[in-house]
Parts: sequence; structure tokens; C-alpha cells
Amino acid sequence: MTSSTAKRQRQQAAGFTLLTVIAALTIFVIVAILAYILIRGVGAVSPGFLFTPPSNGMKAGGIWPAIVGTFYLTLGTALFAVPLGIGAAIYLAEYARESTLTRVIRIAITNLAGIPSVVYGLFGLGLFVLFLKFGTSILAGSMTLAIMTLPVIISTTEEALRSVPQSFRVVSVSLGGTRWQTVRKVVLPEALPGILTGVILGLERAAGETAPIMFTAAAFFLPRMPSSPLDPTMALPYHLFVISTQVPGMPVQIQFGTALVLLVFVVGMNLVATLIRSRARARRQW
Amino acid sequence: MVTLMDKIVIKDLYLQYSDQTESLRGINLTIPANQISVLFGPAGGGKSTLLRVLNRLNDLTDVRAQSGEVLFDGLNILEKSVDVINLRRKVGMVFATPVALPFSIRRNVLYGLELAGEHRPRVLSEALERSLTQAALWDEVKDRLDDPAVALSGGQQQRLCLARSLAQQPEVILLDEPTSGLDPISTSKVEASLQELKQEYTIVLVPHSVQQAARVADMAAFFLQGELVEFSPGKRLFTNPRDKRTQDYVEGRFG
Ligand SMILES: Nc1ncnc2c1ncn2[C@@H]1O[C@H](COP(=O)(O)OP(=O)(O)OP(=O)(O)O)[C@@H](O)[C@H]1O
Ligand SMILES: [Mg+2]
Repeated sequence: MTSSTAKRQRQQAAGFTLLTVIAALTIFVIVAILAYILIRGVGAVSPGFLFTPPSNGMKAGGIWPAIVGTFYLTLGTALFAVPLGIGAAIYLAEYARESTLTRVIRIAITNLAGIPSVVYGLFGLGLFVLFLKFGTSILAGSMTLAIMTLPVIISTTEEALRSVPQSFRVVSVSLGGTRWQTVRKVVLPEALPGILTGVILGLERAAGETAPIMFTAAAFFLPRMPSSPLDPTMALPYHLFVISTQVPGMPVQIQFGTALVLLVFVVGMNLVATLIRSRARARRQW
Repeated sequence: MVTLMDKIVIKDLYLQYSDQTESLRGINLTIPANQISVLFGPAGGGKSTLLRVLNRLNDLTDVRAQSGEVLFDGLNILEKSVDVINLRRKVGMVFATPVALPFSIRRNVLYGLELAGEHRPRVLSEALERSLTQAALWDEVKDRLDDPAVALSGGQQQRLCLARSLAQQPEVILLDEPTSGLDPISTSKVEASLQELKQEYTIVLVPHSVQQAARVADMAAFFLQGELVEFSPGKRLFTNPRDKRTQDYVEGRFG
């Protein structure tokens, strides 16, 4: 072995070690955060905590209305953002010819993704709560979150559609398929795992945000559950914000317990996305 | 003796892709029904381009300019008003690289009928067996029709694609190097079934070699850089070509 190959191998080994250390550090930070919140919050979590409303000025009781509220808000967001986002992506990837218009649309989407969430909150307040008179409500909050989520859903869906081989489309069209038949029967099923991953990642972000719902949907404290989409609601991230900053003498354990529940909600969605992706990959091994 | 009918008449066809290359330069060609017409010549001659014109698949690519006429049973299929879906049902296409859709073998073969909205089980099962038999694949797959098609070998996939284009009983079949990935035995199987298929169909074939062209051609067209140099009955073209360039190419003396 010449000395130069030995040197190259040493360099490679060093580079590899460095990368391993960086990866390990990243994982360590994530695990540390999860473990910290788990350890400090797990004592608070009990059936009573999960399934009862707060009491005694939120210093006692549970977080049930906030859990239900976050569930409703996420569901509402999905209802608006998923059909609209997937539809827009199908238009961009399958129908629109590359033009100034599509370039402008893409630039707009990229920029929307970079807007701070509090700006979405103010926009939702102006448009949905005040102008359209939805009031502070699940409807207004869901729509605000949906607009915030759209860019993520559109761009991941478009990417998933574009990764379907062009030859599939050509074959389908050559056999007498219309564009829509081709999209529906060949392209969408192939892209579905990628689309679902994008949808879940988008909704996960919506579920965890405080600022967009602060002015549009969230209530400080509600003694009862929302009964219509036009009712305000409590929500986990906002509740966490409130009990961490607005309530003097708040027991720390309840704060961490709430954070833990929110984290489980979000990480759970993430796990589902990962599961869908790995199952789709396993199926492709055929 | 069958009477020779003109199935497709191409008049003064020019085609230019968006990158300026003139891929077809004034093609005049008459494709007879129930015959095997072979389009051959060196790479880049425009053979695949012409095939894609015949079922309007070029609609999907970046064609800058196109002029001339392509009469299919007398109707100019280049006109905007033509029902392309219907045209593509009548003009099937098999590509050089086989593309199995991510479905089962069965659904791949029946995909054209599925697009056309055919649901009758009897029609479907009849089409399945007939087209797979015609493509010389039935015996190999009849026990695993519901397996994913991508599990088939490359050669099997190529015959699957042939079966898929036959399933909806088109009038014309366009074959772009359909045996390029096949071993000699499968190749001769496919060539033999083409001889049968021409009773029912009009076949336009781009062969993968001059030898294959000579073996199967009823009519042969020699393409060189977008020009049709010579179009004659196969027997004549391969033994006694009229054009010097055809002769050079056929005899393997091409620079
Ligand atoms: N989609 C396209 N866009 C631009 N130019 C193209 C396109 N398809 C083909 N061409 C050009 O048109 C010419 C003819 O190509 P074509 O594929 O028809 O040739 P061919 O005779 O089928 O060649 P081969 O034997 O290599 O398959 C070539 O110069 C090629 O570069
Ligand atoms: Mg070709």
C-alpha cells in the first residue's frame, strides 16, 4: 500500500467519524428534549388530567377541552387544506404548461412558506374573524391554519407527483387514456405515500402552532366544549402558552404534562407519516 | 389473394422539434393494410418520431412545427378536431423500453379496456387470454396473472406491452424495436406471431437490426436523417435496392 492511499484512508476515516459525531449530537439533542419533558411531565399525566377540564383558575384539573380543540382545529385544517393543496399541486404538476403564470405561482408558494406564523394569525383575524364575521371560532382558526399549511402540502405533493416516471403517463395516454384518467389511475396512486407524508407534516405543524389561532380561534378558558364550528375553542399550544406565561403560581408539573401531551400528539402524527412511507417502500420491493 | 388497401397515407410530412432539428423532412409514404411495414435506418433518422405522429403521441412532446397530412382511412389525423382518444384506441403502440405499469399482470393487459370503460367479465377474460397468447406470453404467466407485472423479466415485460396494446383490438400496431431486449428464441416467437397478427392488423415496425428488417418486412422504408430514401417491397429493397445509400447501409458499408 502506498503512503498516499493510506493517507486517503485516514482522511476518510476521520471524515466518517466526524459525521457520526454530528449525527449522534443531533440525535442526542432530540432525545434530551423528549426525555426532559417526559421525565418532568409524566407525573402529571393521568386519566383525570387527560379527560377533565381545568379547574381552580387552571391551577388544577385537566386539559380535556384543549385536547378536543386541537383535534377539531387539525381536522378543520385538513378539510380545507388537503383538497385545495392536492388540487393545486395536480394542476401545477400535471396540467399547467410551464409559463410566467406558473413561475409566479411557485414563487408565491415559496414565499408563503417563509411568512412568520403570527402574520397568518393577523391575516386570519382581519379576513375571517372580522371581515367575514366568523368571529373567534374553530372555522376561522382552521381556515387560518389551512392557509399556513397550504404551501407545505402543495410543494410536497407536487414533488411526489413529479417523481412518478413520465413513461407511465406516456403509456397510459398511448392506450387512449385522458389526462385525468392517467392522473387518477396511475399517477396519484404512485404518488400517494409521498402526498400523505406531506399532508401529515403540514398538519403536524398546524397542530403545534400558537400564533395563528391566538387571535382567530383560541379561548383562554372555556367551561364547556365547543358545540359548533362557529364556537371558540381551547387548544393545546395556546393553553400551554397561557399557563406558562399568564397564570401566576401555576404548578410546573401541569405545564410539563401539557407539553408532553402536545408532543405525543405531534410525534405520533410524525410516526404515522414514517410508517406510511416505509410500508410503501417495502411494497415497492416487489 | 388479399386486396391491398391503403391504411395510412402520409403526404409531405415535416416535423421540427423545439431545438431546431428537422426530424422529418417531407415524408411521403403509404402504409398498406394487413402488411408489415418496416421503418429502418441509422440512429436519429426519425423513425420513432414518425411512429409517434401516427397516434398523435407527439402531442406530449415539444414539437415546434409540423406540416403535411396523415390520412388514416382517408381522415387527416393531424387536424385539431380529431378525436385523439379514439385514434389512440385504434393505433396501438409498443415502446422500445418496456414500461410495465405498477399494477398486476392482468390489470396491465386490460388497462386499455379499463380506460374505455369495459366491465363485462366475459369480454375481459377473453381479451386477456387472446392478447397474451398472441404475444407469446400466455403459457408463462397464466398461473400468476395477479402478480405484479414488474416481477416479470425484461423480455417478458416487452411481450406484456405487446399484449397490452393488442387487448383492445386496435387496427394498427406501431412497434418501436419490440425485440431489442429479447433472446433469439423469444424474438423468433414474437416475429412468428407478427406474421399471424398481420391477418388482423396493420403493422408498422421499427426493427432492431437490418437482419430483422429483412426477415419480417413486406414493405421496407429506409430513413436517413429525416428523409425517406427508399420505400419498396422488402424482397426488392434488401436484394436489389434502387438507391446507392440504401445499398451501402444494407450491406453494412455505412460510415
Ligand atoms: N423529444 C424530442 N425533442 C427534441 N428532439 C428530438 C426529440 N425526439 C427526437 N428528437 C430528435 O429527432 C431526431 C429523430 O429522432 P428519432 O428518435 O425519431 O430517431 P430514430 O430514427 O428513432 O433513432 P433511433 O434508431 O436511435 O431510435 C433526432 O435528431 C433526435 O435528436
Ligand atoms: Mg427510435
